[in-house]
Amino acid sequence: MPVDITMTDQPQRTTDDVARVQAIARRQRWEDALFHRVTQAFSLLVLAALLGIIVSLLVTAWPALRKFGVAFLWTVEWDIVNEEFGAAIAIVGTLVTSGIALLLAVPLAFGIALFLTETCPLWLRRPLGTAVELLAAVPSIIYGMFGLFVFAPLFADYVQVPLQQVLGGMPLIGWLFGGAPTGIGILTAGIILAFMILPFIAAVMRDVFEIVPGILRESAYGLGCTTWEVVRHVVLPYTQKGVVGGIMLGLGRALGETMAVTFVIGNANRMPTSLFSPGTSIASTLANEFAEAADFHLATLFALGLLLFLITFVVLALAKLMILRAEKAKGL
Amino acid sequence: MANTMDVTLYRKRRRANRVGLTLSMTAMVLGLTVLLWILYVLLVNGFAALDLNLFTQDTPAPGTEGGGLRNAIVGSLMIVGLALLVSTPIGILAGVYLAEYGHTSRTASFTRFVTDIMLSAPSIVLGLFVYAIAVATVGHFSGYAGSLALSLIAIPVVVRTTENMLRLVPGSLREAAFALGAPRWKVATMVTLRAAKSGVITGVLLALARISGETAPLLFTALNNQFFNTDMGKPMANLPVVIFQFAMSPYDNWIRLAWGGALLITLAVLVLNTLARVVFRERAAR
Repeated sequence: MPVDITMTDQPQRTTDDVARVQAIARRQRWEDALFHRVTQAFSLLVLAALLGIIVSLLVTAWPALRKFGVAFLWTVEWDIVNEEFGAAIAIVGTLVTSGIALLLAVPLAFGIALFLTETCPLWLRRPLGTAVELLAAVPSIIYGMFGLFVFAPLFADYVQVPLQQVLGGMPLIGWLFGGAPTGIGILTAGIILAFMILPFIAAVMRDVFEIVPGILRESAYGLGCTTWEVVRHVVLPYTQKGVVGGIMLGLGRALGETMAVTFVIGNANRMPTSLFSPGTSIASTLANEFAEAADFHLATLFALGLLLFLITFVVLALAKLMILRAEKAKGL
Repeated sequence: MANTMDVTLYRKRRRANRVGLTLSMTAMVLGLTVLLWILYVLLVNGFAALDLNLFTQDTPAPGTEGGGLRNAIVGSLMIVGLALLVSTPIGILAGVYLAEYGHTSRTASFTRFVTDIMLSAPSIVLGLFVYAIAVATVGHFSGYAGSLALSLIAIPVVVRTTENMLRLVPGSLREAAFALGAPRWKVATMVTLRAAKSGVITGVLLALARISGETAPLLFTALNNQFFNTDMGKPMANLPVVIFQFAMSPYDNWIRLAWGGALLITLAVLVLNTLARVVFRERAAR
């Protein structure tokens, strides 16, 4: 009697089912909680890494920090033998090379982004944009080698010597172009850095220019604006924060760049006296001296590293905030 | 009167427009010229150094002829490979957390912020950090330390792309899975992560491209080794550091090899980037 069986079986199976479903639900709730915590733990690893970096740099740099105090920042001295160290030479080198790089790269990047978003023929837009993005990925050591072997000799003969002849004798600015025109030095490092961050900044700028709603552009064109006016008075004000954020991201890269700079800056622990004179940056000092450093010298290098990390952290944090705000403004 | 003023104003505006656009086009031409020049120099010098010996012989002693980069190539592959093995799961899981649980949580948005900063933090400082925790403590440089430094660079890249790609998965897909009674972890791993698979692979490829060319952190961690070595517990030769050391040397043979190595890593990075693009575009096409 099949019907009877089902009739008598029914209630039993239901309680069984309920129990089983509850067991499954319990297990799944437990698995869910586990999954949540595990993934969370991994994401917290990033925070732990940041904390670890700051703490370990502080601990290792402590002997140097204790000895020199805040004066480390402006002491012009790098005497390995007598263990007298100051960061001023490296800080100046870092800031000046990055400044030169920005000065050169920003207008060029703006021009490239403008061309890619406004005037470039449509069929060329994709390939050129891709080319710029691919170039942003080229390892920085390539830029350094190019600078040392190809750019520096040409730069010395065709730019430094004429510049020195024309401007070297001028009052006020003549000192900028003094020194031996060897092709290697602060200015060359700045130019190579500019080459390196150019595709990067251009790619970011193009991305932010593209978030401008078509309707804003079109209404400006509809009023009779020229392309230049549209860019100057509509696109730029609209993307202001994003553009500044992109520039600061580039600055962050330039400040912390090691390889592109180390090859061409000359690595001299003297305060640079002109744009042509060799100098050193924080990153290149680290790369050059780390292998031979021991004890106190090593602690000082860690202090330099900590300084570099703090500077770039502030710059990058500001850049990030700017870009976040620009993205929020996108909704109008 | 008013008419002539309009015309002069119009001319002025046209002129400003032309000047601006010409300058922008000059910038494009100038920028591309410089960058293509760099690539040209690299290709010419690199291909001049490219031969079979590059792959079959080890780095030569200073001042000697011949030799290749075999030990450095193998070392690089091992260091980068291990770094990728470590950073991929960590990065993907952290990315899943940020995308699936991190909408409202304050810690999540702070983590996101820190990840973005770590994304462009100076790699040389990461090298210092790894030196302090993994080299100074054991007393010698090692391939493992190099891998650790590189994974610190790769993880933020994987985290951010994974998160962004998971966010692109439509909410309705998640809701449909939830409605079927699927638990959260199953939805995350079997629905959203699967839907975003090619995007996540893109992220991993980009991370791989990024760490393949990194030099600075390896200087303080893996260092270099003149000999062929597959023991990651010892100092290991790797392409970027060999290139750096050889390019700064006065020996012509070493400089030639440095160009060969530079060509190899640039080609690897460009191929990986292109591959990442292709994978991503296929997803978009589907």
